[in-house]
Amino acid sequence: MKRAFPIFAVLTAVLLSYALYEALVAAPTEQTMGNVQRIFYYHVPSAWTAFLLFFINFVCSIQYLVRRDKVADTIANWVAIVLGIAACVAAIVIRPLPSGMEPSSVATTGLAITGLYFLIKRYFSGTGADALAVVTAEVGVVFCTVVLVTGPLWARPVWGIWWTWDVRLTSTLVLWLIYVSYLMLRRFSTSGQTPVLAAALAIFGALDVPLVYFSIWIFRTQHPQPVIGGGGSIDPRMLHVLLINWLAFLCFAALICRSRYRLEILQRELEEVQVLEALQEPRSSR
Amino acid sequence: MNFLYIAYAATWLIHITYLGVLVRRYQHLRHEIEELKRSKS
Repeated sequence: MKRAFPIFAVLTAVLLSYALYEALVAAPTEQTMGNVQRIFYYHVPSAWTAFLLFFINFVCSIQYLVRRDKVADTIANWVAIVLGIAACVAAIVIRPLPSGMEPSSVATTGLAITGLYFLIKRYFSGTGADALAVVTAEVGVVFCTVVLVTGPLWARPVWGIWWTWDVRLTSTLVLWLIYVSYLMLRRFSTSGQTPVLAAALAIFGALDVPLVYFSIWIFRTQHPQPVIGGGGSIDPRMLHVLLINWLAFLCFAALICRSRYRLEILQRELEEVQVLEALQEPRSSR
Repeated sequence: MNFLYIAYAATWLIHITYLGVLVRRYQHLRHEIEELKRSKS
């Protein structure tokens, strides 16, 4: 297992280099925007990775809260199961689905929510889920920062402006601010209730993710319409490069999360030992 | 073309800065663990 990490790290580095080559050289040049459109291959995968990490944070936060009560835990298990089944049924029965929703993506999202919920429950204890929540929020903020930096750098040559307060851009900024406040709460609060408060904040924060995602379908925005899953079209070669870049960033995010999780667990163990030492000191001095 | 390179460079600058922060935290933690071991012995 110890060897797996460096091997995975090397494979990720190779994949990231290949993805960079594909994005800068192999991908076809877009006719209207020219080369600057290649920012797309970093901007979009970073956004998807951030959403996924915030979603894991959401699941971990729910689990941390419900595991404190057996009844709540059982109810949450059933809600996760029913959600998965309901998504599959909705994908088959409801015609047409609301704009922005494809039957396959609705069913996949529903099953992914259920699967991820039980996967985290199986492999992470109550405090483990809390540690994973901190880690995914922090790495998610890093990827969301990339989105907020690359977005204006793409907008300036294409729209002629760095920023506009439309719904997609503003809700993404709000999402970033929510998770920064989450991290500040975790960093600076000394209350014993901090994990509970942070978990509650994370659940409300995660509600912004669907708003960000669906805002371009619901509202009129300056942001381009989706090219995947929303009736838009994309050159198959561009889609190939986009997916390779997403895979590379997912592997990179997994690597960072694994290291950060180990750091978080070590830090918590050290704090426990320090508290125990502090409690033992007065006795030994008597 | 400049905007493209700036965007890619900024992306990696953000990631490398974060990795640097993680390395610093690791070093700080290792230092604290060693201090704790020393105080115990």
